[in-house]
Amino acid sequence: MTEKILMCGNEALAEAAILSGCRFYAGYPITPQNELCEYMARRMPEVGGTFIQAESELAAINMVFGASVAGARAMTSSSSPGISLKQEGISYLAGCELPAVIVNIMRGGPGLGNIAPSQSDYFQAVKGGGHGDYHCIVLAPASVQEMVDITRLAFELADRYRTPVMILGDGLLGQMMEPLVLTGETPVLLDKDIKRDKPWALTGCKGRPPNIIRSLLLEEGALEELNMRLKGRYDEIASKEVRFEGFFLEDSDIILVAYGTTSRVCKGAMKEARAGGIKVGMIRPITLFPFPSEAIAKASKDVDAFLTVEMSTGQMVEDVRLAVEGKSHVEFYGRTGGGIPSKEDVLDRIKSIAGARAS
Amino acid sequence: MKKIFERTESLIDVPTHYCSGCGHGVAHRLICEVIDELGIREKTIGVAPVGCAVLAYDYWDFDVTEAAHGRTPAVATGIKRVRPENIVFTYQGDGDLAAIGTGETIHTANRGENITVIFINNSVYGMTNGQMAPTTLIGQKTSTTPSGRDIWTSGYPLKISEMLAILPGVSYIERVSMHSPAHVLKARAAIKKAFQYQIDNKGFSLVEILSTCPVFWGLSPRDAIRRVQDEMITEYPLGVLKEK
Repeated sequence: MTEKILMCGNEALAEAAILSGCRFYAGYPITPQNELCEYMARRMPEVGGTFIQAESELAAINMVFGASVAGARAMTSSSSPGISLKQEGISYLAGCELPAVIVNIMRGGPGLGNIAPSQSDYFQAVKGGGHGDYHCIVLAPASVQEMVDITRLAFELADRYRTPVMILGDGLLGQMMEPLVLTGETPVLLDKDIKRDKPWALTGCKGRPPNIIRSLLLEEGALEELNMRLKGRYDEIASKEVRFEGFFLEDSDIILVAYGTTSRVCKGAMKEARAGGIKVGMIRPITLFPFPSEAIAKASKDVDAFLTVEMSTGQMVEDVRLAVEGKSHVEFYGRTGGGIPSKEDVLDRIKSIAGARAS
Repeated sequence: MKKIFERTESLIDVPTHYCSGCGHGVAHRLICEVIDELGIREKTIGVAPVGCAVLAYDYWDFDVTEAAHGRTPAVATGIKRVRPENIVFTYQGDGDLAAIGTGETIHTANRGENITVIFINNSVYGMTNGQMAPTTLIGQKTSTTPSGRDIWTSGYPLKISEMLAILPGVSYIERVSMHSPAHVLKARAAIKKAFQYQIDNKGFSLVEILSTCPVFWGLSPRDAIRRVQDEMITEYPLGVLKEK
């Protein structure tokens, strides 16, 4: 399929999952991601897949755990409060080295918060979320088309590294409609493919010794061995899978750092600032874990300041500061609780930073 | 000489970690015997619980996964939906099935998932040193009911099998015990029937097995067996609760 079609982000992501060979979805309704769940309810039976409306987010993530144990490409989706409930299951997926895709269409928090777009689950997504020494790969789309592209990548990375992958969108990306192109279809894994490509999966022990999936490791040193194996994998992911988009990195005095929805606002502000003679660039992380620390560190040698913009009170900015290591100034501007930074807001900040640095 | 009794193929020949007089060993064996008798070892997938039987995979010679505490039936649901041709069963204690996993238990049963649940009811939390279970009897002393379970603060023993039996999605539920050789044989027959239900695609089947925990009942293995007969069966009557 190469023609342009119009879909909202939630539905586009769901269709992209199906095109990526996902044949198992379990979820629980929560705004603003319901379109995704409803689309799967319609589409999965058409492609011979499984849709289950679970009794809770806890059940949904554990159904996905079971489907992954059995070798299937499996996905669940939710929004912030529901993602909190899924953290137990995500920790088990990481501990059992199981691939799965988890979509978080973020809304305001803490608690029940509101149903407006937000980016306040960055810490939870990137720093672990559940208990134990683990990471999820975290991918941050910034358009409906990128939700499609990133979904394919999410399933590929999950299988390659045997790890849960989180797609971190927000209510705006989930709800808005944009033109997109749905590209190529990944063949669904047949039983023989699963047995070949996922020899660890539970398929019944015919012709091989039994497989055990476990994260409980009581023997002395066994858990540390798992932890170090996971650490090695995260290091490999950090060295191979960093993705970001850079703008004017060689020719900027101020660099904006923003992901998802806020990166679109920042792009507009960047263009306007440059038109007005202020040299502004931008780094848009596409992977939040692994974080593009190296690109930020490299840029920090030549710029006067970074301005991190988020729909939170300041979460990703901590990783920007870690990457900059004091070599440059790091400023923050954020709106939260459903507020979205406007281009004018960001531009004002840029001007004030530029003014302060000039004086 | 004719061999009339031996270790069944699905049961791994290793020393047990279970305490003297604990019912898990017998229950493990019965499941393995049934699986071998039905010839389904190579297509069986077990889901082990959190609790004393968390290490069940050390004894079972077929594919097994762990599950988070109480999420066992949700995990089994995911496996069975992906692999309807495999035989999927969960092995769960009273805390796993009737406390932390009550939601998963009820909804898995209500969906009529074609899986088999083996439910071990020993009325106490053995793994964590003997706290109250949802199935703890009224007056039973545990480390969190030091004066005995009091209905005013801790409610009543939860008869979850009776609750599940009213659900239309449930095909077979039987409560059995293992306090005498005759009852062990009846338990074995019930387990076999439950697996047969799954093989015949009849939907959700569950066998509740009244079991012993001498250590956290503060009884000798022999007295623990007597307690099952004299006290537990009174609260949890044996027999078929649902049969479709």
